[in-house]
Amino acid sequence: MRFLLLFSRQGRLRLQKWYTAISEREKKKIIREMTTMVLARQPRTCNFIQWKDMKIVYKRYASLYFCLGVEHEENELLALEIIHRYVELLDKYFGNVCELDIIFNFEKAYFILDEFLMGGEIQETSKQIVNRAIESSDMLQETMEEYMSKPAF
Amino acid sequence: MPAVSKGDGMRGLAVFISDIRNCKSKESEVKRINKELANIRSKFKGDKALDGYSKKKYVCKLLFIFLLGHDIDFGHMEAVNLLSSNKYTEKQIGYLFISVLVNSNSDLIRLINNAIKNDLASRNSTFMNLALHCIANVGSREMAEAFASEIPRILVAGDTMDSVKQSAALCLLRLNRTSPDLVPMGEWTARVVHLLNDQHLGVVTAATSLITTLAQKSPDDFKTSVSLAVARLSRIVTSASIDLQDYTYYFVAAPWLSVKLLRLLQCYPPPEDTSLRSRLTECLETILNKAQEPPKSKKVQHSNAKNAVLFEAIALIIHHDSEPNLLVRACNQLGQFLQHRETNLRYLALESMCTLASSEFSHEAVKTHIETVINALKTERDVSVRQRAVDLLYAMCDRSNSKQIVAEMLSYLETADYSIREEIVLKVAILAEKYAVDYTWYVDTILNLIRIAGDYVSEEVWYRVIQIVINRDDVQGYAAKTVFEALQAPACHENLVKVGGYILGEFGNLIAGDPRSSPLVQFNLLHSKFHLCSVPTRALLLSAYIKFINLFPEVKGTIQDVLRSDSQLRNADVELQQRAVEYLRLSCIASTDILATVLEEMPPFPERESSILAKLKKKKGSSKLFVCKNNGIIYENQLLQIGLKSEYRQNLGRMYVFYGNKTSTQFLSFSTSVTLQLNVQEKPVDPLIEAGAQVQQILNIECVSDFSDAPILNIQFRYGGTLQNIAVKLPVMLNKFFQPTEMTSQDFFQRWKQLGAPQQEVQKIFKAKNQMDTDVSKAKLLGFGVALLDGVDPNPANFVGAGIIHTKTTQVGCLLRLEPNTQAQMYRLTLRTSKESVSQRLVELLSEQF
Repeated sequence: MRFLLLFSRQGRLRLQKWYTAISEREKKKIIREMTTMVLARQPRTCNFIQWKDMKIVYKRYASLYFCLGVEHEENELLALEIIHRYVELLDKYFGNVCELDIIFNFEKAYFILDEFLMGGEIQETSKQIVNRAIESSDMLQETMEEYMSKPAF
Repeated sequence: MPAVSKGDGMRGLAVFISDIRNCKSKESEVKRINKELANIRSKFKGDKALDGYSKKKYVCKLLFIFLLGHDIDFGHMEAVNLLSSNKYTEKQIGYLFISVLVNSNSDLIRLINNAIKNDLASRNSTFMNLALHCIANVGSREMAEAFASEIPRILVAGDTMDSVKQSAALCLLRLNRTSPDLVPMGEWTARVVHLLNDQHLGVVTAATSLITTLAQKSPDDFKTSVSLAVARLSRIVTSASIDLQDYTYYFVAAPWLSVKLLRLLQCYPPPEDTSLRSRLTECLETILNKAQEPPKSKKVQHSNAKNAVLFEAIALIIHHDSEPNLLVRACNQLGQFLQHRETNLRYLALESMCTLASSEFSHEAVKTHIETVINALKTERDVSVRQRAVDLLYAMCDRSNSKQIVAEMLSYLETADYSIREEIVLKVAILAEKYAVDYTWYVDTILNLIRIAGDYVSEEVWYRVIQIVINRDDVQGYAAKTVFEALQAPACHENLVKVGGYILGEFGNLIAGDPRSSPLVQFNLLHSKFHLCSVPTRALLLSAYIKFINLFPEVKGTIQDVLRSDSQLRNADVELQQRAVEYLRLSCIASTDILATVLEEMPPFPERESSILAKLKKKKGSSKLFVCKNNGIIYENQLLQIGLKSEYRQNLGRMYVFYGNKTSTQFLSFSTSVTLQLNVQEKPVDPLIEAGAQVQQILNIECVSDFSDAPILNIQFRYGGTLQNIAVKLPVMLNKFFQPTEMTSQDFFQRWKQLGAPQQEVQKIFKAKNQMDTDVSKAKLLGFGVALLDGVDPNPANFVGAGIIHTKTTQVGCLLRLEPNTQAQMYRLTLRTSKESVSQRLVELLSEQF
């Protein structure tokens, strides 16, 4: 996998993960092109687009588009399931996840992503193991009380 | 769900994010951000040392600001400091920051590497994983140098925890991709392969990914993984769904691992060992069998996972290309998918079948689905699915179905998307030539191509039809007759006039006996199109006219009158004027014998490899630079797509601009204008563009004198009540008006010396941006517009070229020398022309292409 992008129906980027080293300018260009291309897709078209030398696999969940850029040899249907797996993990963590959760807890969204994908490859396919890992790292964090007593700016 | 109730959501961060979301305008957002940046800057510079929590919060805020799209130029130090905290959450944010905002400052790198080293040595699996993740995310050369030897050790050590083993494997994979020379696999190979036998399926998955990449580079070293992979795959495929517990995904056993194992196996030919091979075949058969069983769940996740494994198995079967039974079964399975409800499956089936079509074992089986594929071409809504259908028709074409397939592709061409027309034209031309038994069919097909999609019929295609007609006696009469009839159409494409003019000029005599196509009728027909055509076509027609004078003495007078007219003899174009004058003279002074000799029928062309195939291959991989090519898409947004096709001759150019309405609403009051330094004449464009429609506009361009700025195309239209304004740079560069000039080595050096004044020469030394390949460089130079001269430069690796830039006022002769230095990955480019600004501009344009 070369990159993973999450953006809203208005084209606002919510998450970006890059698995290859490219310049900031190149990233911005890809983001622009992806959002334009995916948002212009008609309903009932397939979830795969051939783009330059890679394949784009995308799926919409509620108000968010999940968009992966994968190598030519990668399995498209499994790429769709990678997206689904990520959504499941987010859902379990946030409880009925919505776009706001990802906006306000963006760092958590990245951490969850890192638990099951690494270097562009799926690292752990067991849902239980990933959930346990996320939960245990949460336990290393502060309690609600500690949180509420922190300064508000 | 309340967004901030989970564990450690930093309160100050949440408030900040809220503030940003409440900003009503871009300006207020920037203002709020700048306020925060100032706040954070002061906190970082402040006297008292910040506590870990505050540091973490501010670093996280900076990260948020960066991800919004604003540049951040501080905070790295603080992030690096967080790495050495022993609070997990602080470390985590520190690592996240430096993975996203990669910094190449060497001091920072040293500190980061130090922190990573400590975490790797910590024996705390959570910390080790964080460190490994960071290395995999950043993957820089410095990190590879520091850690590439350590990681394999961690991977194979007996006491490494499973999760760390997985991270180490994938980290190594990433490092191998970015710095393969630094990853020392030799001694670890056997132990890494052994990981395929691990109890923990996550470890096996990660190891399989790693081995697959390594095996692609050195397959021999990892040969032993094949038997282990087959064994593993076999166990998974035959397991009951409860066996694998949490590795079962929606009732499918370990789909990710299965697919990865199948991919690993695609790095190798079919196993030589018979028992291994039969075990693998059994596996594949089981997978194919399962596809026929009723689904265990209605959820799309189940079918996606199941089919993912199925498609990968089919890919392996195709790769091996050795078991006819499996190939035919695969083909049948794909055939079922061709009619599936789900578009994704139809798309993938069409794509997969394309590769199957080229296998001799399954080619016939693929052909049985031709009707389904043709139907897909006609009825699929998704243009990318239709394109796969075209690709498949092209792949399955052979002598038995060529006529049917070419007919279907032509019919599709009538309504095809403009962006794929050229490819379809090339494919039809190739098929028509390859499978023509009866060349009248071939001629008809090409003429149809010109009629339906004339703009996309490149020179290679119509040169070829002429070559073939010249070379084949049996089709010359038919060609003359057909072309004659086709030209009767009131509005025929200019390419048809070119082909028609040439063929009638050579073989018009074959149909001159019939009064309906007498010489005079033929001439009048051609001449009626004369004034509508561009200069190159007119030049070709003039040549046809002199051939007519030779063939048909009875029309000599009529034609001479035409040649004699002022519009020919005083034509503004030098080539046309010259031809008119010379042909007129020739017709007056040459005796019939001499004329007949001069204008003798064209001899057959030597059989050369079709340049059309080469062009098709090139098309597939072309990048979007326009300096050395003339067609493609120059602009696209959510509403509008702009494509263009251009052609140039001397100081004139013609550009066809296509505007595509991508929405489901009309565009109204559509208008364009061009600002420029050249002379551009626009033909008016339709003010209304229907939803989903494309319109075309023609721009005629004249280069008046040399220029450096590209013209800008301004577009304005109304979309759903709002006025849209778009400005696009047109890819008209000075080199478009380049005409290649052949010359001898002597001439070249003479002129080179003449252009020796310092301001006439411009030289540039630059680093190669792309791979240095001789053929590619040659193609780029030719595409740029120069004639490549062989045997001029004593060093055969250097390129020497010459050409003339045509402007209305002057012609500027240009000489070029490109010296590649493959060792240093650099080039030296020298341009000598009579005008300094031209030398400068050409060097600028050309150096960018390498």
